[in-house]
Amino acid sequence: MSAAAVRSGAARTPRFLAFFTGAYILWSLVPVAIAVLFSFNSGRSRSTWQGFSLRWYYSDPFGSVWNDESLRNALRNSLVLAVLSILIATPVGVGLALGLTRWRSRPAKVANGVLLLPLVTPELVVGTALFLVITNGYSFMDLGRTAQLVGHVTFSLTYVVIVVRSRLLSIGPDLEEAARDLGATSLQAVRLIVLPLLTPAIFAAGVLVFATSIDDFVVSSLLSSGSGTETVPVKIYGSVRGGATPALNALATIMLAASMLALVGVFVIMRLMRRRQGDDNAGENSLKELAAW
Amino acid sequence: MSRRAQRSPLNPLWIGLAAPGMAWMALFFVVPFYAVAAVAFGQVDPILRTAIPEWNPQYWDFTSFSEVLDRVVGGDLRTVFLRTGAYVILAVLGCVAIGYPVAYFVSRHSGRWRATLLALMILPFWVSYLMRMLAWFNLLQPEGWVARALSVLPGDDRPWLNGQPSTVVFGLIYGYVPFFILPLYATLDRIDGRLLEAARDLGATSNQAFWRVTLPLSRQGLIAASVITALPMVGDYYTNDLLSASPRTEMVGNQIVGYLQQSSQPQIGASLVLILAVLLLIVMAGYLVSVNRAQKLVTR
Repeated sequence: MSAAAVRSGAARTPRFLAFFTGAYILWSLVPVAIAVLFSFNSGRSRSTWQGFSLRWYYSDPFGSVWNDESLRNALRNSLVLAVLSILIATPVGVGLALGLTRWRSRPAKVANGVLLLPLVTPELVVGTALFLVITNGYSFMDLGRTAQLVGHVTFSLTYVVIVVRSRLLSIGPDLEEAARDLGATSLQAVRLIVLPLLTPAIFAAGVLVFATSIDDFVVSSLLSSGSGTETVPVKIYGSVRGGATPALNALATIMLAASMLALVGVFVIMRLMRRRQGDDNAGENSLKELAAW
Repeated sequence: MSRRAQRSPLNPLWIGLAAPGMAWMALFFVVPFYAVAAVAFGQVDPILRTAIPEWNPQYWDFTSFSEVLDRVVGGDLRTVFLRTGAYVILAVLGCVAIGYPVAYFVSRHSGRWRATLLALMILPFWVSYLMRMLAWFNLLQPEGWVARALSVLPGDDRPWLNGQPSTVVFGLIYGYVPFFILPLYATLDRIDGRLLEAARDLGATSNQAFWRVTLPLSRQGLIAASVITALPMVGDYYTNDLLSASPRTEMVGNQIVGYLQQSSQPQIGASLVLILAVLLLIVMAGYLVSVNRAQKLVTR
């Protein structure tokens, strides 16, 4: 086969694939963009465009996100749950990752296995199990925000451990051992050497917890105790089929903006820290960490 | 491994660091699963119809569970389980058809666009699932943009959002395909480009190189991505509720939530969860066996 034939063969395949990939990306993102667009609709329809306005965000006296108590409440519940989840899941998960990679024993192996289970268990099963244990066994807990928080943290822990552990493995034991040889206690070695090196991964883990919590529907819904503890996804679920106004789109758009802001902010910080630590491919590596590989 | 690394397993620091997380997982992940069994094999209050869990396995009562099992094997619930299986298989096939070409292109041919495409592929992760379903609901409403575009096609106007199996499968594909693409991309990205060059040097056309080198090497990633997307799909009930809301397309998840929340018959719900969990465990075990076999093939 001639070199030209090889080259043309290689060039022909990607053209179709490039088109296909572009079409996929449009298909995956344009519907969401349209949903964002309709949050600015001046009419009451979520499907027919009637002109631009900020009515459903702010100015409508009853139906806007700003003025509708139930929408505002859903927004607040989602954000409070996400922040509390970060505050609990990140430190507990970092400790778990640090401890389990060093403490080689039977309980640690079992814990490692258990930690993988949430990845392969449908959320419905986990949510149902928590629902049943709280309503039938754990009399110290009630359905509502605490229960939702417990569910979100349980799910997020696995992600934190995966992200932090893969970073720990790539750091390797050498620096820590050097610190120990120079007289540091193991606690000092963790505090002075390992934790600073882990910081980008901890940021990534934190923002993943945020995303998991914000996006979660099943656990929030099964463990809610009524309309007072509705989160944004639960609110969307309950209103989509009920002829809700574009305020629903506005609510979803605000949450999207919050996630994007968190993502971009953390990405910039991570890339900066990785560059300082001498990573030549800081951008792509930070992206990969944010996708929990 | 050095002397220190051998000494460290006994260090109480590691145990102390891991202990809170382990206690958390025991209390809020392991015990709750036991509670499912305790409710499924327990009793029901004859007047209030609430569950009375039985924590002691010695006194477990299997009558209610076996009634549910009979309905799954041969009764009214069999259709629901079969339908769930059919939807999930169709949706995973859809994910393969859409996800494989995309992951392949980005890993092999994207060149300087790689980082941008990667970011665009990750972006849907950061859009709430419910928002993405909301977006399609709005587009498929009778006056929505997509529904109007589709009404140009010959054939009758379909009510897309009332019990259309095709809409539910479409929604599942749309919802889960990002979760399919990423693990597959990670596998394709790891394939050594030199193997493909070697294939080409030995006279394979680019088609042959793909079918005989790339595809076999990505098989494990393909299976892993399918399992990762299929498992949550099996427990999905909201896609169905949002895009169909009809008993004609009901899946297992809808039944479970129905028994737990709407009709408050937790015992039947718990039994269904157990049956579902066992079925998924069988799938997972099959997957792990195949991973094991593949690893043995590689190391041999």
